[in-house]
Amino acid sequence: MKRTQEKSMLERRSFLKISLLAGGGVMIGLTTERQAAAQGRGAPQVTPDPHNFIKVAPDGTVTILAKNPEVGQGVKTMLPMLIADELDVDWKQCQIEQAPFDESKYNMQSAGGSTATPVNFMPMRQVGAAGRALFITAAAQIWKVPESECTTSSGRVMHRGKSLGYGELTAKVAELPAPNLSTLKLKDPSEYKIIGHSQTQIDLHDIVTGKPIFAIDMKLPGMLHASFERCPVLGGRLVNANLEEIKKLPGVKQAFVVKGPDFHGIPTSYPALVDGVAILADNWWQAQQARKALKVQWDEGAAAAGSSTAFAQKAEELSKQPPQRTLRNDGDVDAAFKSAAKVVEAAYSYPFISHAPLEPQGATARFENGKMEIWTNSQQPGSGRRQVAQILGIPQDDVVLHMVRGGGGFGRRLTNDYMIEAAAIAKQAGVPVKLLWSREDDMEHDYYRPGGFQYLKAGLDASGKIVAWQNHFISYGEGENFVASGGVGPFEFPQRFVSNYALHSSVQPLGLRTGALRAPTSNAIAFVMHSFIDELAQAAGKDAVEFRMDLLNQAPAVPAGGSAPPGVNAERMKGVLQLAAEKSGWGKKTYPKGTAVGIGFHFSHQGYFAEVAEVTVTSTGANSHKVKVNKIWIAADVGSQIVNPSAADNICQGGVIDGMSELMNQKITIEKGRVQQTNFHQHGMMRMAQAPPEIEVHYLKTTYGPTGLGEPALPPILPAVANAIFNASGKRVRSLPFSDSGFSWA
Amino acid sequence: MAFKLNVNGHTSTVDAPGDMPLLWALRDILDLRGTKYGCGIGQCGACTVHIGGQPQKACITTLEMVKDRPIITLEGLSPDGTHPVQVAWQEIDVAQCGYCQPGQMMSAAALLARNPKPSDKDIDTAMNGNLCRCGTYLRIRAAVHKAAELASSGAPTKSAGAAAAALRNRE
Repeated sequence: MKRTQEKSMLERRSFLKISLLAGGGVMIGLTTERQAAAQGRGAPQVTPDPHNFIKVAPDGTVTILAKNPEVGQGVKTMLPMLIADELDVDWKQCQIEQAPFDESKYNMQSAGGSTATPVNFMPMRQVGAAGRALFITAAAQIWKVPESECTTSSGRVMHRGKSLGYGELTAKVAELPAPNLSTLKLKDPSEYKIIGHSQTQIDLHDIVTGKPIFAIDMKLPGMLHASFERCPVLGGRLVNANLEEIKKLPGVKQAFVVKGPDFHGIPTSYPALVDGVAILADNWWQAQQARKALKVQWDEGAAAAGSSTAFAQKAEELSKQPPQRTLRNDGDVDAAFKSAAKVVEAAYSYPFISHAPLEPQGATARFENGKMEIWTNSQQPGSGRRQVAQILGIPQDDVVLHMVRGGGGFGRRLTNDYMIEAAAIAKQAGVPVKLLWSREDDMEHDYYRPGGFQYLKAGLDASGKIVAWQNHFISYGEGENFVASGGVGPFEFPQRFVSNYALHSSVQPLGLRTGALRAPTSNAIAFVMHSFIDELAQAAGKDAVEFRMDLLNQAPAVPAGGSAPPGVNAERMKGVLQLAAEKSGWGKKTYPKGTAVGIGFHFSHQGYFAEVAEVTVTSTGANSHKVKVNKIWIAADVGSQIVNPSAADNICQGGVIDGMSELMNQKITIEKGRVQQTNFHQHGMMRMAQAPPEIEVHYLKTTYGPTGLGEPALPPILPAVANAIFNASGKRVRSLPFSDSGFSWA
Repeated sequence: MAFKLNVNGHTSTVDAPGDMPLLWALRDILDLRGTKYGCGIGQCGACTVHIGGQPQKACITTLEMVKDRPIITLEGLSPDGTHPVQVAWQEIDVAQCGYCQPGQMMSAAALLARNPKPSDKDIDTAMNGNLCRCGTYLRIRAAVHKAAELASSGAPTKSAGAAAAALRNRE
């Protein structure tokens, strides 16, 4: 034991601190960071300092720190790959560690919006390149040769047959001044040895051997396991509870009420902490058992009137009334409808759905000597820290976070409600607490993907060209405000591509928390848009790909020197549409009866995706249709470089499987303000036997900067499968999920 | 109540109510946290372990139901990741978030133990009780085939039973 301690202290001491003072006003590559901050993410702006990311031990061991939360999107591998390649070390030689949570050193540390690649592609490479430059300078000075004659490879500096390992240069490097980030030479992509080459996930060995690496696996000395009962109606206030009875139950150590902040009526945004009863026991199951005996009197409040049936009725009424707002009104839509050769109208709808990451929500917290320490798998720890400080009245500096691997995110862990609960419970309990939500807690108290209704109308001229487009977008909110992730922007496709374009909206109050689910807004909008576009193609008597190409060709040319208009870049979208058509053999194959292909495309989170699905539909009755997805082709344009192809393919394939689950089986409904679904049997996920045997992923390399693909891969699959089902069966389904219309996976 | 559990070749006494699901005895009492909680109702399979050689969902198997049958958890496949299933999972780079994979691997190991060369259809049937929220099914399928190949080629890997024996010998 003693030996081990001495050894680790020695190692710690002897780690090189590359004392690179990267300040001096050099801010290269931080534009996107600043943009992200402007979007309200609120991270401080600092120049990345290699010292915070790279440690080199005298024995040559290189440790690289991964700055962002890992929830399965692969950043703990991808971000260090960027550093390692420019540092010019062998990937196998690197040890990767999760960086501490400290946004003053690491800038925004979050996982959301498919931002990790576009935000970090440049600064992480600069960090690596700065490290490499220091080792070259150190070796050149020792050898008294020009730096320009030195080369590097595999963590060694070379000069005419001489070579020194980075580990041997650590002492010298520590004396050197910082290189100027602005003059650093980055590798040409042809020189990449790690970037663009598949690397397996860094935590894979820990995963396959069952190491306790997830938030749910945290354990602290003296820790109790907590379960937390909330009102089944969002925002219900606790009147009283039979705490004394609960305290007597087996294994129960504490039971108490936690109060959330006050609010009034049905706000568009509820407080992150709601009233509830915390039960703390020796193990979580006993806390859960005790919860069954809990009797709580709630004042359910205004949200208790909420009902999915009533929401749908109200939406129908709103659709017949003048819209509350007009978000966009280009040209003269009314005149265009009057002169159109054909007018097509359709009403689409989609339900609330739950994120349901497989690891349920939870966090571990310890409150000692005025300091709150939290182990969390948050996707947005910074905002959680601010909320913990604010709601619990603890100075922010006294709230310390540790980032722990999350078993899936999908946007659920962008909100920090469960982490704030854990902190609130730990503060009251006086002992360390691990809070774990049951699956039922998770499904009944999510920040749901908002449902919605779209009333579409389009006009075609005699040649089949779309000349008018109108959408009455009906969602939830109040006045000018949509609920979180329940809105639509004025530049939503096909704005600019159709010269007479109107986008109107109306909202009704909700009483349910909503939030970003993988590809927020796009995951619903793409289904509606491309199902409707297929309806229009059919009305025009045109092939679905040809019709879309024509539509993409309708965009007015950008004047020379003019800045790119917001929304879809027509050339990039045409590129992926063409690629998807080519790879799938679109229009070149004949299929047996009941088998067909369908297509959709979508632009979101800076990524361009077109997807083709081939399905076979077997009807065994008027209201019983079995769908087998035979194959999927994905065409993606996410810029010039895929950083980790293995992870990229995996994420794209997972994205379309996720989207197909949304299409077929997922629906959250509300009655009397209560969510009706409790677990996976009522909110189905695609299973292995239902998954397509093949999903091809093709990347179209373009000259644009690399962007993310965790989100944009998802939206097009919904309309692609929906359109394929129509082509195979003649059934046009305009309401999600398809299971409500008699469809199920074969 | 005291229950004697034989887990990964090692016998422990667990003092807990008989209706406590095995999952929570493993995780919160025996400190074997490789087995995961996902749904608590036998829908997702994240808690899959082998009981008497059969894949079972530990979230709906109470301590009373286990009786004296030996239990193997992911930690018991091999502690160092050398079981063919663990090797294949790493070679194919299966995981995204990784949370369901312990259950997936236990179902796969049980399948291979009774069917050394499964077809796609065999795999689909055997693995259909394990949900993957990230949608890694194509890689899981490939990894099961890979594991079958590794096991049949006599790669230096161990069966679950042998792994348990090895663990026992170490102690």
